[in-house]
Amino acid sequence: MSGSSIKFQPEPERYEFTAAPMHRFELPRRDFFKFLGAGIAVFAVARDTLAAQETAPTQGFHQEELPKDITAWLHIGEDGNVTAFTGKVEIGQNIRTSLAQTVADELHLPFESVTMVTADTALTPFDFGTVGSRSMPTMSPQLRRAAAAARDLLVGAAAKEWNVAAEGLTTADGKVTDPATGRSLRYADLARGKTLAQNLPAEDPVTPPDQWTIAGKSIPKKDARAFVTGKHQYTPDLRRPGQLYGKVLRPPSFGATLTSYDAKAALAMSGVIVVRDGDFIGAAAGNERDASRALETIQTEWKEVSHTSSKELFSYLKKNATVKSDDRSRKTTGSVEDGFAAAAHRLDATYTVAFIAHAPLEPRAAVAEWSDGKLTVWTGSQRPFAVRDELASVFHVSESDVRVIVPDTGSAYGGKHTGDAALEAARLARAAGRPVQVVWTREEEFTWAYFRPAGVMEIKSGIAADGALTAWEFHNYNSGMSAIDTPYVVPNQHIQFHSTQCPLRSGSYRGLAATANFFARESHMDELAHAAQIDPLEFRLKNLSDSRLRAVFDAAAKSFGWSHKKTQEGQGFGIAGGLEKGGYVATCAEVSVDHTSGAVRVVRMTTAFECGAIVNPDGLRNQVIGANIQGLGGALFEFIEFENGRITNPRFSRYRVPRFRDVPEIEAVLLDRKDLPSAGAGETPIMAVAPAIGNAIFQATGTRLRGLPMVPNGLNTAQSGVPSTS
Amino acid sequence: MAKPIELEINGKRQAVHCDPETPLLTALRDELGLTGTKYGCGEGQCGACTILLSGAPRRSCQIPVSAAAAKPITTIEGLEKDGRLHPVQQAFLDSGAFQCAYCTSGMILSSVGLLRTNPHPTSAEIIQSLQGNICRCGTHPRIIDAVHQAAKSIEERGR
Ligand code: FES
Ligand code: FES
Repeated sequence: MSGSSIKFQPEPERYEFTAAPMHRFELPRRDFFKFLGAGIAVFAVARDTLAAQETAPTQGFHQEELPKDITAWLHIGEDGNVTAFTGKVEIGQNIRTSLAQTVADELHLPFESVTMVTADTALTPFDFGTVGSRSMPTMSPQLRRAAAAARDLLVGAAAKEWNVAAEGLTTADGKVTDPATGRSLRYADLARGKTLAQNLPAEDPVTPPDQWTIAGKSIPKKDARAFVTGKHQYTPDLRRPGQLYGKVLRPPSFGATLTSYDAKAALAMSGVIVVRDGDFIGAAAGNERDASRALETIQTEWKEVSHTSSKELFSYLKKNATVKSDDRSRKTTGSVEDGFAAAAHRLDATYTVAFIAHAPLEPRAAVAEWSDGKLTVWTGSQRPFAVRDELASVFHVSESDVRVIVPDTGSAYGGKHTGDAALEAARLARAAGRPVQVVWTREEEFTWAYFRPAGVMEIKSGIAADGALTAWEFHNYNSGMSAIDTPYVVPNQHIQFHSTQCPLRSGSYRGLAATANFFARESHMDELAHAAQIDPLEFRLKNLSDSRLRAVFDAAAKSFGWSHKKTQEGQGFGIAGGLEKGGYVATCAEVSVDHTSGAVRVVRMTTAFECGAIVNPDGLRNQVIGANIQGLGGALFEFIEFENGRITNPRFSRYRVPRFRDVPEIEAVLLDRKDLPSAGAGETPIMAVAPAIGNAIFQATGTRLRGLPMVPNGLNTAQSGVPSTS
Repeated sequence: MAKPIELEINGKRQAVHCDPETPLLTALRDELGLTGTKYGCGEGQCGACTILLSGAPRRSCQIPVSAAAAKPITTIEGLEKDGRLHPVQQAFLDSGAFQCAYCTSGMILSSVGLLRTNPHPTSAEIIQSLQGNICRCGTHPRIIDAVHQAAKSIEERGR
């Protein structure tokens, strides 16, 4: 599948998930028809092979125990419209549109006839979460097979009606036609009066990508009009009848515990509900201001604990590494000692990445409503079922009494796997006896959410005189294992992940540890190329056998004009690439460095990306370019500063994100492989951005920057990676 | 309850009863239910809360309600006329200039404001005037395209 020369056992990505409750989904079949009315329903069941590809969560169960449950279903109503249900979440990655395309395509229906119901624990099947770029590779084929099975049912129903054989009947445009007689029946007619449900046959043939008619096209975002008119309601926009606005009193620093509490003044305020439960203190009122004022009157004292600071970050990570590491986190092939001995050039280098924040523009938010002991919560989360289970456990109620609904969300980038705001809103709502909405402030979002883990990567390598890699030793401290493998052919390798004590709450991020591991590896490959005096592209290709990866390197280089001579002072080109999550990426970057001021400007980037058969080219292009722009921030200037258990730059005025002026000319070269299954695309295109830019800076200046962010204050004051490693 | 303050929003007079120093953003969203205007930072840094005040783009999180009294306010809800989208809205729709679209209201209002004073902006001028609007999804190139397209269609509608 992948072209890397060695493969780890499917090792759980340490930061992919924060908790792993897994429960079997019970199928409320009767409710289903009650809810939707009569018609035809098809239930998709995950196949073992697909389930096995899912990244297993860190604890709780093993792969062989993954439930072979229902993963999606669809319903053909008596009006001929189709509703497809999935637990996936729309977070700007366009899943609502691309999954609807898949269903319409396979059912031979107009795109407009398909509605997607997403991420509602009462209506949609259990789903592990919208994580790890798994929506397209798992959900899309399952829905496609469900649609194919539904089409078979419809054809069968028509055949029965006409008393002819099903073979030879055709489907198009929401109708079954008998070419022999020319008569046809609409799906609506066939579904009328039925309550027919069927589990999916294990192997239903589906339409191959080269015969797709609706999938594979650039269809505009579903419900796009609601977004340009401001009508779409994100979680912070919901207004439940009688709802209050809630605020939470935050401790002064991470890990602080409450030692004294006096809320007399707040409790005396009319129209305000005050809750203290353990160290949780919150208030709800008719407006946010009153809730905040109430909290301001509460007298508290806290016991704080000592913390490291961002200045000591990297030495802290190394110092606190766990000595023992299990077999799943290291891998050896050949002997690196032999490889070093055989090398003509040797190189040791250390790379670092800082903590960064997702900073989705929609902050964490939730509305919670209790009625008769049952809880309904609307919240922007990538893992609605995990949030449901979290709520059930925290409030000691059964999961069936908790419903979590996720409105299409103002993005997440891996940052919304937990249910923090949901718990807070639900706690306040229970006390208030009315719906309560909690919307985090930007400062809360920057402080109390979680971060992309910081990390230290140490690489020792050797190459022969002709540039062939002889040895590769790679150690990653803390950031994680995604893309820790090298895709290059190296006979002698030792690759190891070291867990450490992580000083800040960390979690998933777009691409996870791959942003760190790509940066280290692709920077190092560039250093080796320069040491061997071989062109960096040529050096990579020389050490690469994976044809899909070679193809994206070639495509990026060609479109970018890699071989062109530089024409200006301060100009530099860089290239980087790799594979992850079934996607193959290569990025070329051009930078321009002003030698006097030290200002670094990324002038243009070309990213070639291949993720199998493309479902929606326009949507994919949007994702790829977006990932490139987001990657620019982490490459150049984004980093979290902390001290004494406090985030010291928790604002957009202190935490710089890419803005219009930072955005270079970006080209996305999409390689459509209709012969390969579609992989996810939300993450991988971000991965090669930082090393490509770093390599370009080196070419322009001779300065090698080995830490992310690379130039938070321009090159002259560049303190690569910001915190010092000493 | 505080004395009512009269606002003129999308051509309609509406009274709010909050404290005069309440941010206009909060009054719009929580009191008047106009939730198309978004909160992103509350410090004037992200542009998600942009509205037009007397025709000029302003950050509604930075304006106390009292300062907005008796001045015409336009929010995203007021751009559509008789079921017809404003050319800037139409251009964003046609160019697919969004991903999660949380920044979209602010981007559209900022662009409407820009095109009022500069009907034919260059890309550099668009970048300059949208510099205060954050799009975390990285849709910037399409947003710039959309503004160009809107400029063109406003000119054509005007002819
Ligand atoms: S919310 Fe007003 S500028 Fe960000
Ligand atoms: S589209 Fe998501 S913030 Fe702009």
